[in-house]
Amino acid sequence: MDLKFSNAEPFPEERDAVDRLLGAAEGGWHGGERDEKDLRRAHTGHAARSRRHLVLEALHAVNDRVGWISPGALNYIGKRLSVAAADVYSVATFYALFSTNMRPKRIVHVCTDIACMARGSKEVCADLEKRLGPAGAMSGWKHSPCLGVCERAPAALAVEAGDPPHEHLIGPVTVDEVVLALNDGPEALAAEAPPIMAVPQAGQEGLMLLKRVGRVDPESIDDYIAADGYAGLRRAFEMEPGQVISEVKDSRLMGRGGAAFPTGIKWESTAKQPATPRYLVCNADESEPGTFKDRAILEGDPFALIESMTIAGYAIGAERGYIYLRGEYPRAYRMLRNAIEKARERGFLGENIQGSGCSFELEIRRGAGAYICGEETAIFNSIEGYRGEPRSKPPFPFEFGLFGKPTVVNNVETLCNVPLIVQMGGAEYAKIGAEGSTGPKLFCVSGNLARPGVYEVPFGVTLGDVLELAGGVTPGRTLQAVLLGGAAGGFVRADELDIPLTFEGVRANNSTLGSGVVLAFDDTVDLTGVLLRIARFFRDESCGQCVPCRVGTVRQEEALLRIAHNRRDAAAKGRDVGLLRDVGRAMKDASICGLGQAAWNAIESAIDRLGVLEETK
Amino acid sequence: MTVFGAGGGTSSYREIEDADLIIFWGSNAREAHPIFFHHALKGIHKGAKVYAVDPRRSKTAEWADTWLGLDVGTDIALAYGIGREIIHAGLVNEAFIANATLGFEDYIAACEPWTLDVTSRETGVPAELIRELAHDYAKAKRAQLCWTLGITEHHNGTDNVRALCNLALLTGQVGRWGAGLVPVRGQNNVQGGGDMGAIPKNLPGFQDVGNPEHRAKFERLWGVTMPPKYGLTLSEMMEAMDEGHLTSVYIVGENPVQSDADTTAVARRLRNLDHLVVQDIFLTKTATFADVVLPSAAAWCESEGTFTSSERRVQLVRKALEPPGSAKDDVEIIRLVAQRLGHDWPIQTAEEIWDELREVSPAHHGMSYRLLNERGGLQWPFPDEDGPESPFLHGRLWEKDPAKRGRLAPFGIIEHKLPVDKLNDEFPLRLTTGRRLTDYNTGVQSGGFNSPIRVGACVDISPEDMVRLGINEGETVRVSSRRGSVLAAARRDPGLRPGLLFMACNFPDEMDTNALTIEANDPIAKTAEFKATAVKVEKTNEPLPEEGIMADAADHERQHKELATVN
Amino acid sequence: MNAHDPGAAGRMNKSVPLVTITIDGEEVSVPDGSTILTACNAAGKDTPTLCYGDTLTPKNACRVCMVELKGSRVLVPSCSRKVQPGMEVLTDSERVRHSRRLVLELLGSSVDLSTTPRIDEWMARYDADPDRYGERAGESLRRDVHEPGEHHAGNGSVAATMSQPVKIDNDLFVRDYSKCILCYKCVDACGVQWQNSFAIQIAGRGFDSQISTEFAAELPDSACVFCGNCVEVCPTGALSFKSEYDMRADGTWDESQQTQTTTICTYCGVGCNLNLHVQDNKIVKVTAPHDHDVNHGNLCIKGRFGFQHVQNRTDDDKD
Repeated sequence: MDLKFSNAEPFPEERDAVDRLLGAAEGGWHGGERDEKDLRRAHTGHAARSRRHLVLEALHAVNDRVGWISPGALNYIGKRLSVAAADVYSVATFYALFSTNMRPKRIVHVCTDIACMARGSKEVCADLEKRLGPAGAMSGWKHSPCLGVCERAPAALAVEAGDPPHEHLIGPVTVDEVVLALNDGPEALAAEAPPIMAVPQAGQEGLMLLKRVGRVDPESIDDYIAADGYAGLRRAFEMEPGQVISEVKDSRLMGRGGAAFPTGIKWESTAKQPATPRYLVCNADESEPGTFKDRAILEGDPFALIESMTIAGYAIGAERGYIYLRGEYPRAYRMLRNAIEKARERGFLGENIQGSGCSFELEIRRGAGAYICGEETAIFNSIEGYRGEPRSKPPFPFEFGLFGKPTVVNNVETLCNVPLIVQMGGAEYAKIGAEGSTGPKLFCVSGNLARPGVYEVPFGVTLGDVLELAGGVTPGRTLQAVLLGGAAGGFVRADELDIPLTFEGVRANNSTLGSGVVLAFDDTVDLTGVLLRIARFFRDESCGQCVPCRVGTVRQEEALLRIAHNRRDAAAKGRDVGLLRDVGRAMKDASICGLGQAAWNAIESAIDRLGVLEETK
Repeated sequence: MTVFGAGGGTSSYREIEDADLIIFWGSNAREAHPIFFHHALKGIHKGAKVYAVDPRRSKTAEWADTWLGLDVGTDIALAYGIGREIIHAGLVNEAFIANATLGFEDYIAACEPWTLDVTSRETGVPAELIRELAHDYAKAKRAQLCWTLGITEHHNGTDNVRALCNLALLTGQVGRWGAGLVPVRGQNNVQGGGDMGAIPKNLPGFQDVGNPEHRAKFERLWGVTMPPKYGLTLSEMMEAMDEGHLTSVYIVGENPVQSDADTTAVARRLRNLDHLVVQDIFLTKTATFADVVLPSAAAWCESEGTFTSSERRVQLVRKALEPPGSAKDDVEIIRLVAQRLGHDWPIQTAEEIWDELREVSPAHHGMSYRLLNERGGLQWPFPDEDGPESPFLHGRLWEKDPAKRGRLAPFGIIEHKLPVDKLNDEFPLRLTTGRRLTDYNTGVQSGGFNSPIRVGACVDISPEDMVRLGINEGETVRVSSRRGSVLAAARRDPGLRPGLLFMACNFPDEMDTNALTIEANDPIAKTAEFKATAVKVEKTNEPLPEEGIMADAADHERQHKELATVN
Repeated sequence: MNAHDPGAAGRMNKSVPLVTITIDGEEVSVPDGSTILTACNAAGKDTPTLCYGDTLTPKNACRVCMVELKGSRVLVPSCSRKVQPGMEVLTDSERVRHSRRLVLELLGSSVDLSTTPRIDEWMARYDADPDRYGERAGESLRRDVHEPGEHHAGNGSVAATMSQPVKIDNDLFVRDYSKCILCYKCVDACGVQWQNSFAIQIAGRGFDSQISTEFAAELPDSACVFCGNCVEVCPTGALSFKSEYDMRADGTWDESQQTQTTTICTYCGVGCNLNLHVQDNKIVKVTAPHDHDVNHGNLCIKGRFGFQHVQNRTDDDKD
């Protein structure tokens, strides 16, 4: 391609970071040193262009090493991968964890999202502002959307660019820890809480999805195998791929990521496509505010996902799978990398797995701070090295997915049900839970409760049961409301605790399970503030592609801000509530993807169900 | 392309979108033919593999899966090497060769010395790349072989073209949808000019001046007797001027004082003429040598008519503006000149003239203005108003029936000859010339707008030579050949290898590139060898000429001339 | 003007079956593979579009052409959704009207639509009131700085806008992104669909997105080759030819006094079709017919901007 780059050159460490990812550059036509061969030949066609999908990884490499992406580094990535500078810039400026502006190597991302709001993040931020100055890259600390550590709220992510980079999730975070991380680096912090801390039920009998969390060393494949690991895969290899799909269909497993689509149908329609190769993508971009269940599995039992994906790959005829992991999960990343390496060493990944004739490879792709990349088609664009913008459907992933090929996208939790189904049989599995919602389910229980954490229950228990498991609200406080399903979900009142937690149960109550968020707010929480945070979240996370969402989320936040700042003017408030409804309806009806379509859900439920904006009279 | 008996590209632009292999040989289409390249890009994005054969790694070559950086003027050697490899690998299209070609045995013999090693040594191209191209071209389902002036602007340009045609004959990569030979035309109507008989041997519609039957048709129509003698080509005219046989010249829309090779010689000849008439939209440098200047309307926007594009598409040109001052339509000027010469020609509209052509040119017979207007142009041959268009030519070569197949296509047995202007110790560098995206020919048109990406008058030099010569970007150098010498700003271009230079010819007022080039003409097409000049480069402290200095000099000359207009 | 492969057109008519759908209760048949928009046009339903381009793959970004499709949970973009037999489409239901009204309001409240063709007509048709979102925020000088995931929220007293300084960094065309609706058409025309220069892309995220070169470099320093194919497809006048921009600024731009003539480019032998827009016997801008198969509305820098020489002729040249 006849690309044109500015004269900016990379610094040696930027060049080194990229070269370590991509290997040394082959000659002058690909960003390296010009050699004798270059004078007579060049190969800058299809093969050179086929590496676009490494853009995001290359940006990570530079950002991890120096903390931001300079013009020289950007040019170098473009030259190495045959991608235009404007394209690389466009990708780099899409992700919140990257910066194209110079900034310090150490940054602490302090979560200000709703679960942390319920547990004192505002106070932490106020103190930080006094100690370090207002939030912003140059003062070293930034506000962050949900970091997925809600059981230890308020949370923060400390990062230090370097060789190697250091990343550390802190929770509950104190001002002193933030200051320490900035002064001495994240390494100076006390070790992260062990994975078991996210799972209060750990070690209990009867757990299915969480049975190994806390019981096995998540870094040991031997531990995994000893604890029933790879029994599912062995069983699957005894069946034909089609039979595995039949079992999954019989299990009536529904997707746990939020859309609740029948997994077996998804697999079947993908497997039926004549086009090859087919791909499997695991959506581990867990970013819905209040969601941290996948993190618990990835940190506590990473081999389970590897095994599950291998079975799924076998079933749908995919020989390559991608795990799209959210960028804010450093420990999960380490655990998964280790697990993939170990599995490969022991012949559980790669060619001819365990002599089955089946081949399957896995690659991790890290997100970089973009909620939208959890949308199933945005994931494809992100993996392919484009901006994580959702695609228009149809065509659907089963026909035109990753790299334009038939693709299955499943959430971590969804996939981790697969070994269970294969082992016990789909019909048997379907007996667990409720009629329309089979199997065990993980709930991310957080907020003002005694024992927040990930809880596994069979589908069908009530909301009240789950709150009780988590120890109920702090003594002396009363429950004000519960947010179900995350920021894209909806609020229910404290008097609605008998809602059965099944897909059909919440639907009947005009709510949603979403990603399994159960976020309890007691009477100390300013719900208008929570609504503002939700509005801010959607405005920040909208990809900007379609007008209803791009502008609608802005107008939604502005209207809420006006209401919050001008609580006494009833007429104005009435107009603004009307405006919210108008905008919300258009977002729901006309947005491209689920983000825009759901951006008004929680606020609508707060108005209609809780009367929140009425209370502020 | 006389191989096939008709002078035009064999394919439509759209066909390249369906090709699975595209070769750009001596063509920087990305810059010189940007919209043709759009069609190629469609093909590329559909998966077509691209080869670029070019001494420079041009912007076109940057799109190539493989770029072959051959030495300037070794195209025939490379083509033979490819041909031999195809033959020896058993990849020839035997059925096509048997059905449609002549002289294959001679071609095999001519190829035989050109082993990969010999070819590689002669051309500088690594042997494995020659082999790879040969195999891919022979195996492609639909290959497009495109070239431009990198092939034709050589002392042996016609032979170069034949060398490429041989490859198509060898593999049957012609005469089918998507498979063809595509010479992309440099000028808006160079195809149409030729089609209309602006070639010394031709009458309009590819009819031969020497053929009494063809002539008779025109004689009947016009009621005149036509001389059976071929006219002179441009370079023959130059010779005739040197020899004093040609003493009066009428130039329409050309600027040879700047556009032709060895401009010093051209200027001398024009100065020695008894009478020179120049008809142009500008007072070009050539016009400053004229005894009479006839200001004309800009053909593309101030008059009606047709242009014919590289894909043989005749399209209507429409008048959008009134010409300024006393500038007149070319047709009207010629009519008035004829009148002064005692011929009362009728005033005709463009359409009437076109219809006259249709009467005598079978290839254009079906192209009424109505259809040209409705269809957005038509491709020749289009003999019948109701007939189908011909997106590609020479499909007949695939016919089994000899009557339908017609004349067989002969392999060309040609000889590889290095450029005339030899490198030696004094002139050790090879200069090649061409066009940049933003500029055009002698710049009389493209100089009218302020292009933000114009690099202007400069000489492109390889990074290695810049270092060797101690030159920094933007510094002034003197470039000299055996014929002339110019000053230019140095510009670093990694697309060049050591020993190879590039200059555009679009800024003759500031940098008269063609003062350097050699008037070594192809014996058939009479195209000069613009692409291969032996030069030396020296760093200098002389100031670069400002725009306008040259123009002043021209003004001075003009004082002795009479400027006249036809009223 | 016709496509130049009559064979393709012929094949179309012969072998492509028709698909019948219902639009607002009336049956309409269009060739298989057509979009709902094509069917709406065939049925005489005037459908507003902004990001739709007749030479580009639908991006589905503006959402102004949405229609109600029976059985679909959400509205669907008519410009890209292909017809399927038996579809029941509503183009003027309350739901559709609401959505179109809101999209127009959201755009009108955030973008300068003063040079967007037909916008007033659509605003009136759908009772759009862009002013109800409050006073518009003034020019921002930070739109080329990207910090995705964060923004200054303010207090809601002003409505955020695209308003920003106009970018004039060359003599050929002007970028006034205050008028940009982020429809992606310029990006697509510059990118893989036509020009393949990749000089511009969307930078940043969400409302802070902006069409940009790398690090907002000025166009002459970017990969731009000034083909103007982005200007050709811009639906709002955010991109405009410098000649038009200057004449508008001088108050001399008058489309009612202009003629458009299709002719052939004078540069190179490809034969691109040009539309010369002439006012007072001067070419004021050059566009290209979108439905011609040689260049599909595209040109190169010479074809688009190289007309100046004919009006630069001095007295010396004229007589």
